[in-house]
Amino acid sequence: MYTAIVFLPLLGFLIAGAFGRSLGPRPSELVTTSLLVISAILSWIAFIHVGLGEAPASTPVLGAWINSGALNIEWALRIDTLTVVMLVVVTSVSCLVHLYSIGYMHEDPSRPRFFAYLSLFTFAMLMLVTADNLVQMFFGWEGVGLASYLLIGFWYEKPSACAAAIKAFVVNRVGDFGFALGIFLVFALTGSVAFDTIFAAAPGLAGKQIHIFGMNADAMTVTCLLLFMGAMGKSAQFLLHTWLPDAMEGPTPVSALIHAATMVTAGVFMVARLSPLFEQAPVALTFVTIVGATTAFFAATIGLVQNDIKRVIAYSTCSQLGYMFVALGVGGYSLGIFHLFTHAFFKALLFLGAGSVIHAMHHEQDMRKMGGLRKDIPFTFAMMTIGTLALTGFPFTAGYYSKDAIIEAAYATSLHSGAGVYAFLLTVIAAGFTSFYSWRLVFMTFFGERHVAHDDRGHAAHAHDDHGHGHDHAPHESPLVMLIPLALLGFGALFAGLVFSSSFIGHGYEEFWKKALYSGPGNHILYAMHEIPEAVGYVPFVMMAGGFLLALYVYVIAPGTAKRIADANPLLYRFLLNKWYFDELYDLIFVRPAFWLGRLFWKGGDGRIIDGLGPDGISARVIDVTNRVVRLQTGYLYHYAFAMLIGVAALISWYLVGGVR
Amino acid sequence: MTPISFALAHSLPEVVLAVGALALLMLGVFRARDGRDWIISECAIAVLGLAFLLLFVGAGPKVVVFDGAFIDDAYGRYMKGLALIGSIVTLLLSLDYMRREKIDLFEFPVLVILATLGMLMLISAQTLISLYLGLELMSLALYVIAAFHRDNVRASEAGLKYFALGALSSGMLLYGASLLYGFAGTVSLQGIAAAINGKANIGVIFGLVFMLAGLSFKMSVVPFHMWTPDVYEGAPTPVTAFFASAAKMAAVAITMRLVVTAFPGVTDQWRQILIFVSILSMALGAFAAIGQTNIKRLMAYSSIGHMGFALVGLAAGTEQGVQGVLVYLSIYLTMTLGTFAAILSMRVGDVYVEKISDLAGLSRTNGTMALFLSAMMLSLAGIPPLAGFFAKWYVFNAAIQAHLYPLAVIGVLMSVVACFYYLRIVKVIYFDEPAPGFERASPAVTAVLIVASLLVVFFSFWPGPLDVAAAAAAKSLF
Repeated sequence: MYTAIVFLPLLGFLIAGAFGRSLGPRPSELVTTSLLVISAILSWIAFIHVGLGEAPASTPVLGAWINSGALNIEWALRIDTLTVVMLVVVTSVSCLVHLYSIGYMHEDPSRPRFFAYLSLFTFAMLMLVTADNLVQMFFGWEGVGLASYLLIGFWYEKPSACAAAIKAFVVNRVGDFGFALGIFLVFALTGSVAFDTIFAAAPGLAGKQIHIFGMNADAMTVTCLLLFMGAMGKSAQFLLHTWLPDAMEGPTPVSALIHAATMVTAGVFMVARLSPLFEQAPVALTFVTIVGATTAFFAATIGLVQNDIKRVIAYSTCSQLGYMFVALGVGGYSLGIFHLFTHAFFKALLFLGAGSVIHAMHHEQDMRKMGGLRKDIPFTFAMMTIGTLALTGFPFTAGYYSKDAIIEAAYATSLHSGAGVYAFLLTVIAAGFTSFYSWRLVFMTFFGERHVAHDDRGHAAHAHDDHGHGHDHAPHESPLVMLIPLALLGFGALFAGLVFSSSFIGHGYEEFWKKALYSGPGNHILYAMHEIPEAVGYVPFVMMAGGFLLALYVYVIAPGTAKRIADANPLLYRFLLNKWYFDELYDLIFVRPAFWLGRLFWKGGDGRIIDGLGPDGISARVIDVTNRVVRLQTGYLYHYAFAMLIGVAALISWYLVGGVR
Repeated sequence: MTPISFALAHSLPEVVLAVGALALLMLGVFRARDGRDWIISECAIAVLGLAFLLLFVGAGPKVVVFDGAFIDDAYGRYMKGLALIGSIVTLLLSLDYMRREKIDLFEFPVLVILATLGMLMLISAQTLISLYLGLELMSLALYVIAAFHRDNVRASEAGLKYFALGALSSGMLLYGASLLYGFAGTVSLQGIAAAINGKANIGVIFGLVFMLAGLSFKMSVVPFHMWTPDVYEGAPTPVTAFFASAAKMAAVAITMRLVVTAFPGVTDQWRQILIFVSILSMALGAFAAIGQTNIKRLMAYSSIGHMGFALVGLAAGTEQGVQGVLVYLSIYLTMTLGTFAAILSMRVGDVYVEKISDLAGLSRTNGTMALFLSAMMLSLAGIPPLAGFFAKWYVFNAAIQAHLYPLAVIGVLMSVVACFYYLRIVKVIYFDEPAPGFERASPAVTAVLIVASLLVVFFSFWPGPLDVAAAAAAKSLF
């Protein structure tokens, strides 16, 4: 069954990828989608068995992969609660995205390719979450990176899409570099990459020193920081986050799949999976907390002012991932996974809802041109509202359970750690921001006046993914095939927290997780977070309500306030609008020097030195020599005779001077 | 003192050529109308062919006849075979050309036979006297046929230049011969070897230098090559083919015989001369050919370069080196004759054209010829698996075995440079816009081109006979 879960998407990819052209788009869609549906159903069964039921954790071995000296790597599926949670998240969202894409992409000419990529992506992600060793995880990790590159650059005719795809790939590569180094270090320390061996060896390695760059460092800290670097890249954490907003160039279902449920959560999953290692490296955990909190805050501030509907949600994702890392950093691994779990539902909902809005607006993504859509697309409006409620943590929705718990855990940590204070403050502020920008999105899109100016130029500009709505330019509700996934995700966004909270982070913790996550003996965060003052528990709610009211005032009650505020603080506004100038900064620090260096080597190194002294130079010298030699052939008899005599004279002189040996 | 019949038995090809040449001369004088060729060329081919067949008669261990002036050995027969092939093919190629150029006089085949007779005597020469005799017999005939198209200014110029410079080179050769005689007291090559006895003094070396300078002129190696481009370009094309093929065979053959037989103990001395001219020839052949637009001129530099490569093998001074040179010469002969057959196929209307640009787009106007000519060019460039590659491989291998590493390395580098102009012709043939197409070539010319191409292309499948024959010939020289 587990094998089927993992490999059915691969089958779908192979069928749609190899035969998609001859099969045609519709069969490709049906094949990949139905295989994913089966995979999702099996995942839920597995979830019930392993997570909620009593089925033991298992690791079915599929075969040997690499056997080289001490390095033995097997293909194996590690099935435990953590895995099945991820299986559920990945396959559910993926199959809903497949379904949704049938509607959303229905005019695109290369649908088989699209669905093949989606299935490939899902397969890679499943490989990642079921990995039983670091190398297999890295395989999935890279597969995910490849598929995301292909999907972001799906509309490869668009230069911006290609640029975004390359950016995603390159930024991820930076993280992957760290991850790979981390794997090497783990192998060097433990002599194995299999999780069981590593985890067993981890406690013994605590406090061990290694010598790098002329200084001694704590082995586990270095390892975990390197591994976390990989997580930062994949999960778009502060400093390595720049690719995520640009990745919105891909089709919207891709955004939902990659940026809501799967790829970006890989980092969170990885840290949780490697909890036995991170538990031995408190410094690394503190670092995780700080990075997470910074990301949560920083991304939220940018989200406040963005105008592209998908970018707002993208920064929201970035921010929520920060929350997850805060949870992991303070030791609440299950908390992080729980937020990952709930977040998958409401963020996929928001993205697909945004897709529905965009679909309705004929591929207009600028919120300033929207407004008053709630009457035109009431169902989408309802679903988006549910998603927003869940995201902002409205009581008893999914986000309420997970996000508020993280803030509480941060508070519990802040009692004895400076990083905790930092994390608590930033996450609380970010919660307010989250509420504000989420409601801002809803108000700008669905309330107020109609700003819709149906200009044909805008339409023509998006002609590529034109869905062929003829001349009916009025916003319209999406087809049923797109609304069903919304409804299912809406359901999940409302109730996932309520239903599973006790299992994930409450009293059912032990029975649910069994041994999938590891907490050190001194790690009591899940108890500590329940013993905080009651007032702290209300803080997130207050922030949420405050954000809502502020957004209500600024965008509904007194429209125009936003512009006044922006005009009053032009510097701050531009700073946020330009995403803290990170792209410009990176462009200056990395991209341009890289181009400069590349150009130096290309023009100077290859062109001038290698070509100049090599092929070009030699051929030029040959021509010179040729011209000179040809000029020797004067045609005059006495020159010819002279040459002969010179030759004889030279030979004679040679023997006279050199002597006869 | 051996009976004269015995001596004649060992010089049957020469006898046949001598008698045949005189007979055909009579036939021409008395029977040919207006001095036209009539059937003299065909008869000449028959005579040369007979001489070629006689090479296979009575082959045995080496025999010296005519008072030590003439040697009959496997080496001599091998080289004579090559020279005769060159002569026969030259006449085959000339038939149609001479007629069209209206210079189909009966003297031409007779002169070719006489030149060939000189070559054969040269190849078998065992004394300085017979060497000079053969050389002059060959050269005098060559001077005449170089200027055979006497109404043509360029041909006359070519003949005159060749004659003047040839006289100079003969003078050098004679000077060197007299020096050698002065020091050794004998004109016999073996006698000279015995007199030197492994210890060369400066006088002997002077003699050697002058002798080699004179022979180098015939081989057209740098710096005694200056006549080559002008004569190749100016002389009638079949004559050029003759210069490039048969004449080269004889010159290299006697050079090898001279240094190996007369100077066996002083290899280090003559090796220096050969390395000197070899490197210069390879370099000049490679560089100067790049600048040429006339294909005959290009072939002149090509032959200079190839002589340089051949001498790499001789510079090794070993039996293996001589074998390499023999293989090299055989393959070079094939490639050269094939290429000249192709050049003789370059006729637009009634005019023979010689510019490389006339070959442009040949692949589209005459695909077969384009293919064959390209095979020739690639082989001349030394691209495996064509024969030209193995030719180079033999001589470079010999040089490596003799520890002449710098020479081999320079040779390889120069062959890379030389690649350029051969490949440029292939490029012109296949990628340039077509020039006017050529007329249909005569069957003899086409046959030569086809046979040569096939030999070059398929040599690598059946190199055994040539290898064995060359090895036997080389063995007999030492």
